[in-house]
Amino acid sequence: MRGDSEREILKVSAFLSTIVVFLIAGFVLWQGLPILRREGLFSFILGREWVPSKGRFGVYPMIIGSIFVTFGALLFGVPLGVACAIFLAEVAPEWMVRLFKPTIQLLAGIPSVVYGFFGLTAVVPMIRMYLGGTGFSALAGSIILAIMILPTIINISEDAMRAVPKEYKEGSLALGATEWETTIKVVLPAARSGIAASIILGMGRAIGETMAVLMVTGNTPHLPQVERNISPFLKVFWLFLEPVRTLTGNVVLEMSYATGDHQSALFATGIVLFIMIIILNVLANMAFNRR
Amino acid sequence: MKFKFLGIIVFIILAVMYMVGREEVHNLTIAGSTSVQPIAEILSEEFEKQHSGVRINVQGGGSSAGVKSTQSGTADIGMSSRELKSNERGLFETIIALDGIGIIVNTANPITELTMEEVRKIFTGEIRNWKEIGGIDAPITVVNREAGSGTRGAFEEIIMGPYDFLDKIIIQGSNGAVRQTVAGDINAVGYISLVALESRVKALNIEGVVPNPETIKAGDYKMSRPFILLTKKEPEGLIKEFIDFALSQEGQRICKEEGLITVR
Repeated sequence: MRGDSEREILKVSAFLSTIVVFLIAGFVLWQGLPILRREGLFSFILGREWVPSKGRFGVYPMIIGSIFVTFGALLFGVPLGVACAIFLAEVAPEWMVRLFKPTIQLLAGIPSVVYGFFGLTAVVPMIRMYLGGTGFSALAGSIILAIMILPTIINISEDAMRAVPKEYKEGSLALGATEWETTIKVVLPAARSGIAASIILGMGRAIGETMAVLMVTGNTPHLPQVERNISPFLKVFWLFLEPVRTLTGNVVLEMSYATGDHQSALFATGIVLFIMIIILNVLANMAFNRR
Repeated sequence: MKFKFLGIIVFIILAVMYMVGREEVHNLTIAGSTSVQPIAEILSEEFEKQHSGVRINVQGGGSSAGVKSTQSGTADIGMSSRELKSNERGLFETIIALDGIGIIVNTANPITELTMEEVRKIFTGEIRNWKEIGGIDAPITVVNREAGSGTRGAFEEIIMGPYDFLDKIIIQGSNGAVRQTVAGDINAVGYISLVALESRVKALNIEGVVPNPETIKAGDYKMSRPFILLTKKEPEGLIKEFIDFALSQEGQRICKEEGLITVR
């Protein structure tokens, strides 16, 4: 009997925590759908103008902004994080691991507003001084986010590399491969699904981060533009120096003022973010389950 | 062992509940404009001192949030730093003070004075370099507030009129964030409530007029806006007492000390 009632309690707990997800998703949909239905999903997503006071709601610049800072964060964060994970799992002596790991975990515990303030007072002026522009830019957001996703990438990648069976490494070494060759050609491939998972999780954190990004990206609701006659590939670099607004920043910045259609449009922004994250997760699952 | 741990947690929760529970309840909630918030907090403090047992809870959120929460009744008194829009009518408004809006630049910027037209041209993007208005040869970093901000609303009304802001503009979410941005960027220009003015930034003379309470009250300095307390219906009871206090000689003296312009 006792076993039964305990099982029931566990079941109810599981049920409750799952239902919260659906309640939140349902609420956001319910609030955001009116504007999507009126404006049309595509003109909302592809609309380039965001002027709530004039009833123009297009989140295309914010989607691009989110993609910019997230991609930039991965560009800086992944090589650094994976290299650090290799060092911790394969190269570093025991005492270094014991010193570095808690420090990196501490990085995950710093509140995002602190990162944002650091960005505002250190990173933004530095970009302004050395690279030009106002400093408030996708690049500043990317740098801050790269630091913020480091703990996620390092911890999960390192665990994945440590989980590689010892026999693989021993076999490789026995065949005459060097330590370095073993790491690159045996351990890394064997741990790749774990490393991929760490990158996906880092990407999720980057795209959803709000406060830190809000403080450093300048938040202009327009597409980044460069008035220079250079090839599109070089242009991307300059675009990173332009201010952008992310989807999350859009919601937070205007939330407290919004009423009516404007408020609905902010919830719809949330839906777009939601869809983007779901697409990311599905793509990631597809890519890494296939092997 | 397991039960001991659980017991400690339950004890801590009960202790926190007791401590929170014995705090006196807030009998007045004020919410809205972050520009009005500082002065409302000081007024509340004084009011609490004079009325023992009264606790006032002052929250931010922005002018529109102030209107909304007054309408819905979540706040007893709403704060707005802009005139109400036509679709926000129906609330009872009391102007407690006037506030100036200052155009601020970095202290290292040699510019000390602009005309209203120059300010508009900077914010529409017609003027993009400081040298065009007698400054150094450097591009202007324009800092704006977010859509819906009371300060931005007033700025749009007084300076921008029908013109749109330029595309390449930095947007920050509060007076403090704008001030921080301008203090850190030698080429930046922004606008903030004069109450939030600090020596880290410089407020410009507009049309040759220094922004200060005298010039604003005389109407010489054009950029000002009302600080309004909102109630759902004609104030009565404690709500009326608080609003009366804000308008009293003492309340107005406090407003004046904080750099606002008195209305009585």
